[in-house]
Amino acid sequence: MVNVETELCGIKLRNPTILASGIVGVSGAACMYAAKNGAGAIVPKSIGPVEREGHNNPVLTEFEGGFLNAVGLPNSGVDSSLEEIESAMKNSGVPVFPSIFGGTKEEYGEVAKKISVLNPQMIEVNLSCPNTANDFGTPFALDANEASEVIKIVKENTTAKISAKLGPNVPDIKAIAKAVVEAGADAISAINTMPGMVIDVKTAKPVLHNKQGGISGHALKPIAVNCVYEIYKAVNVPIIGIGGVSTGEDAAEMIMAGATAVGIGTGIYYRGIDVFSKVSYELQKLMDELGYDSIEKMKGAAHK
Amino acid sequence: MEKPVIVEIEKTIDETDGIKTIFIKHSIEAKPGQFVMVWIPGLDEKPFAISYLEKEKFGITVAAVGEFSDNLSKMKEGDKVGLRGPYGTNYCLEGNNIVMVGGGYGAASLVLLAEQALDKNMNIKFILGARDKNKLLYIERIKKLVGEENLIITTDDGSMGAKGFVTDALKELLSKEKVDKVFSCGPDKMMKSVTELCTENNVKGEISMERWMKCGFGLCGHCCVDPIGIRVCKEGPVIDFELANKITELGSYHRVKSSRKESLEVKK
Repeated sequence: MVNVETELCGIKLRNPTILASGIVGVSGAACMYAAKNGAGAIVPKSIGPVEREGHNNPVLTEFEGGFLNAVGLPNSGVDSSLEEIESAMKNSGVPVFPSIFGGTKEEYGEVAKKISVLNPQMIEVNLSCPNTANDFGTPFALDANEASEVIKIVKENTTAKISAKLGPNVPDIKAIAKAVVEAGADAISAINTMPGMVIDVKTAKPVLHNKQGGISGHALKPIAVNCVYEIYKAVNVPIIGIGGVSTGEDAAEMIMAGATAVGIGTGIYYRGIDVFSKVSYELQKLMDELGYDSIEKMKGAAHK
Repeated sequence: MEKPVIVEIEKTIDETDGIKTIFIKHSIEAKPGQFVMVWIPGLDEKPFAISYLEKEKFGITVAAVGEFSDNLSKMKEGDKVGLRGPYGTNYCLEGNNIVMVGGGYGAASLVLLAEQALDKNMNIKFILGARDKNKLLYIERIKKLVGEENLIITTDDGSMGAKGFVTDALKELLSKEKVDKVFSCGPDKMMKSVTELCTENNVKGEISMERWMKCGFGLCGHCCVDPIGIRVCKEGPVIDFELANKITELGSYHRVKSSRKESLEVKK
């Protein structure tokens, strides 16, 4: 069978599947559980400067084409989250890339600085949570200048590699990608969820407590593949392709669009917690079948 | 589809001391130990063990302990709630001589299990405990099911039954009788003690864990437990003693809404 190792900013992954931020990775133990089930790397749930409870339930609901979530960035705050990240790094046996957010640009810097005492190889900068506008206003990822200013501040506060997590709901994702790379991002995580709403007609109420949420799962996949394809054309940094990946074929699509690795979140619902092992195995079989002997060779194939 | 369906409340009954059972007009395919998510639109949504199960309806038992449960327990016949589930693992009946160990509200899922065990002609001993006599649930229902002689009551203050804990009664029972399997649901510390006691005595069994749940179907990760990371909503809530012995946070701490750890010492 072919080797499915991949390399992200010089960091070797045993396979290209990464636990996407926001799904399962609440604690060190939860991250370890995903790694045990095959994940090549782990991005824990985003950490902010102070404790946040997140939204009331329901925080997740399903529709015909996928899921809609608005969990609201619950976390215990960076100071008490350090032990969880440390435990994830110690016990997962795979690279762990902490995800950070802030309400202001300065807060991103503050969180990056505190997380960096653990010497993570990479930090994912969540610029694009669509579900906290009531608290934080429009996500930074929707504006090229705002996004690049956050990346600059994070860069000043860490020596870790930085991946900027972008959202799909922008007129030109290439422009945002270029801006964050110019500001110092070493990689791009694309994409976050897409804003959406599900309404219960019997009560005339949006199902999610936050009313709006982010679309994930099957419906997000073609949107994500398109964004990765566009970003790959625009910049020369590795891309973590995220959105609707739950099979080896989905992963192959993402890699052919230009991704170096793929994030998996909602796929855990569709395939079980061992979705990571399943996707890796299926990808391996598919690459054998299609005659690709490495991820590197398959990367960007759709552009040729 | 993981989306609430709107269902109607058929009736409510008072169990004891401010604890109510709400019957919902809805046919549900559930097994004892599984839980449902109940949504009050605009307010919140919480997990509940199924305590009564019939063909056309089922019941959940609610203690008014916060804003959500206050609102839920005030609901009347004809009021509507959203419903998802059933979710999670269920108890697995085995052997002929079984023991239920229920503490406080934990008796909810066990009494349903006792009904099923009775259908299989098993010998059931039911140890029911609470802080005081006003917190003891389903006394009459259990007596009818298993017979008065098989119901052992303990209260912390001695206001009914033996003064002490359910684990004292279980210890005595295990020393006297052959027990094939023990099922336990109640406060964390109690289940921890039951797990330890049965493990020492080489008796197998299951507990039903409770942790803060958000999605209920294994995606949000909020109910993952230390140090093995399993999801209480998916790999639980019912877990066997072998698995329970691996969960070091059992009886020690849990995670609050933000995910911050909180010692169980502060909660009584």
